[in-house]
Amino acid sequence: MSEVKYIGGYPEHMRQSIEIVNRSRAKRKDAVPAAMSAEQRQETLQVHPDYAPGGKRELKIGPNKGDPVPVPVADLLESYPLIDKTDVDLSVADHEVDVMIIGGGLAGTAAALLAQDRGVEREKILLINKLRHGDCNSIMAEGGTQAADRPIDPPDRHFLDTIGGGHYANKPDVVRALVEDAPLVMHWLEELGVVFDKRDNGDYVENWGGGTSARRMHSCRDYTGLEEFRVLRDEFRARRIPSIEHSPAIELTTDASGRVTGAVLYNLETGAYHVVSAKATVLATGGFGRLHIRGFPTTNHYGATADGLVLAYRAGAKLRDADTVQYHPTGAAYPVQIVGFLLTEKLRSAGAQPINKDGEAFVFPLEPRDVEASAIIRECYVRENGITTPSGLRGVWLDTPLIDAIHGEGYIERAFPAMKRMYARFDIDITVDPVLIFPTLHYQNGGVETDPDGATNIEGLWVAGEVSGGVHGKNRLMGNSTLGTMVFGRRAGMAAAEYVRSATGGQRTFQHVESFVNALEGAGVAPERRAPMLLPEYRGKAALARMIDVW
Amino acid sequence: MSESKTMMERISESTRSLTTGVDSRDVEHWVTIYIMGRGYEVPADLTIMTAMEFAGYKLIRSCGCRQGFCGACATVFRREGQYKLESALACQTRVEDGMYLVQIPFSPAEAAYYDIESESYDYSVFSKHYPEVARCVSCNTCTKACPQDLEVMDYIQSAIKGDFESLAEQSFDCIQCGLCALRCPAEIVHYNVGHLGRRMFGRYGSPEPEHLKTRLAEMERGEFSSALDALVGASTKKLKELYAARVRESDE
Repeated sequence: MSEVKYIGGYPEHMRQSIEIVNRSRAKRKDAVPAAMSAEQRQETLQVHPDYAPGGKRELKIGPNKGDPVPVPVADLLESYPLIDKTDVDLSVADHEVDVMIIGGGLAGTAAALLAQDRGVEREKILLINKLRHGDCNSIMAEGGTQAADRPIDPPDRHFLDTIGGGHYANKPDVVRALVEDAPLVMHWLEELGVVFDKRDNGDYVENWGGGTSARRMHSCRDYTGLEEFRVLRDEFRARRIPSIEHSPAIELTTDASGRVTGAVLYNLETGAYHVVSAKATVLATGGFGRLHIRGFPTTNHYGATADGLVLAYRAGAKLRDADTVQYHPTGAAYPVQIVGFLLTEKLRSAGAQPINKDGEAFVFPLEPRDVEASAIIRECYVRENGITTPSGLRGVWLDTPLIDAIHGEGYIERAFPAMKRMYARFDIDITVDPVLIFPTLHYQNGGVETDPDGATNIEGLWVAGEVSGGVHGKNRLMGNSTLGTMVFGRRAGMAAAEYVRSATGGQRTFQHVESFVNALEGAGVAPERRAPMLLPEYRGKAALARMIDVW
Repeated sequence: MSESKTMMERISESTRSLTTGVDSRDVEHWVTIYIMGRGYEVPADLTIMTAMEFAGYKLIRSCGCRQGFCGACATVFRREGQYKLESALACQTRVEDGMYLVQIPFSPAEAAYYDIESESYDYSVFSKHYPEVARCVSCNTCTKACPQDLEVMDYIQSAIKGDFESLAEQSFDCIQCGLCALRCPAEIVHYNVGHLGRRMFGRYGSPEPEHLKTRLAEMERGEFSSALDALVGASTKKLKELYAARVRESDE
């Protein structure tokens, strides 16, 4: 390593290409490539990991039998349970509640708050967290939240942007709920004390997002999810709503009719199990980034392992659009310590352009994410115009200094403190030099199918947030995820509160699990695979090879 | 088509060490770190977090978003031969030879129970919920402990002055890791003080925009209902036409 000379955080061979980028900046500033036509988009998508051959297989059992999903997802859905009925005593409930919420990100926390607002006593709500309340993708959302709230931007424009970006696979009534509730969510967040970016006259600063036809992105610097989430969590804690941390749900329970009646939790530290009895369950467990589909690094938090999909599918919940995966166009590709980390789309909203090794802008910077990501993959692997890092990754530049060239010096510092700080930790100044990018696994577009209130085909089970399917179709737009978590978290919380007024508790059994195991055996699935995964395996190979268990 | 397949395999191959773990045979440069006092040889390119995993730790505490936003991986370390205790986020910091480190699994710090609707927008909100802010001796230990490089002591001083706007500005990038509170000799819980102040500023110091209020009133009157009804009922063909016909808002 000592033989390589680093200048401003970059080795010499990358520095040469940076100089070309720096020289072409002034020329590119007012010459942005045109947006693609529908045909050009379709052609570009051929290199997208979802459309490139391989990587998927059809499910052998369950409600979506015959549907193709990414292989790691299929493997998890077709796994045997971690426990069976001989391991636990389901007859004794350690917690008896009206509304149980599994997953404490924006969606789950919003559901808890609204359930209480709608009359469920706080002691009758329980929020379950696999790790900390705050181990979620929500907290890492950077760019913004969409809401159509300016005169030029009616909600039907937001509807069209969303459904076109999703390739028309979205459920229209669910999209309607998304865009109609968006201003309400903004109002709610204002009342709770979220500090949004505003102009001197008090209006919101609103930015572009990929695939939007109006500026509709509300931000809190580049810490939008952090600010929204920490306010909801603070409100949740200030109201003393009960929650449990470091205890994931490892199985749901159902009664004879198939209704969801509770869950079994597993204390990650002591190994003890706990049984929860719940009249209503809201599943808000997030997505599957840590499955590293097609070998991609991910922007997702440590616990994004599709546990909710696994639990719900065993209980008979129907999935939709589970075949598509969102790769964020701009993941970090250098330095190696931060590969796959998110570089917010807001950088491109503010004018940053993807640039190849020769200093050329090769794509309109704000295509929908699947198209933008494909164009970057094509530039690196088909047109061979990428830059290779010392660890062997390819990427193209994202010309961040162009942002200050457009908006004036100091803009990056004010609008992108998180990005600037992250790179400064590795001696790179993003106001002076561009950063190297390559797409990174970002979002589960589909999931458990819902109606506009988060209800599933299973009685007693609601879903909200990334684990759900329908609202984003086959490709989510920037700013619709944080929005979706809160719109449908709120709706699911309200619907669950309404349901428990008349619902009674049910028997807790593993009947659905037993039927599922029978189906697995019937399909000839070998018993090695077990799920939910709970956490990905990152331990060193040498350390794992020597591990023994003595307790 | 086989070319595409090869491309996916090439991408996967280039990221292998990031998704399935580092193979010792591929590593040229090594350093020694001391995790809670015990020494481990780890690849020099890893972060504190990935180095602990390489050494064999299955992280349950002190690991969350893995990208510098959630504050779970607060780490205290000392460099061999130095007396100074430093702090960092394990996911954002490259290992260094001779680093003695421990991660903070939990901060048993107090957080206020309050109803934002019934608090006063002045200094009394701090003296009521966090009276210890008045004990600040301006030693600046909090600022030195902050892995985000925030001016923590300055925002505590803003709280004491009842200056909510400055407090919000100075504390905004806080990820609530808790290191400031753990180091403070006056036992101030800076990150919770900061959060109370920011929420108060958001609620009372930064009014809801007029254009949002207008939109809410329009929605209340059902002004967009028929347009949305039409879209929900439209065929995919019709939606495609409407999508193609959108006019992008002017950049001006």
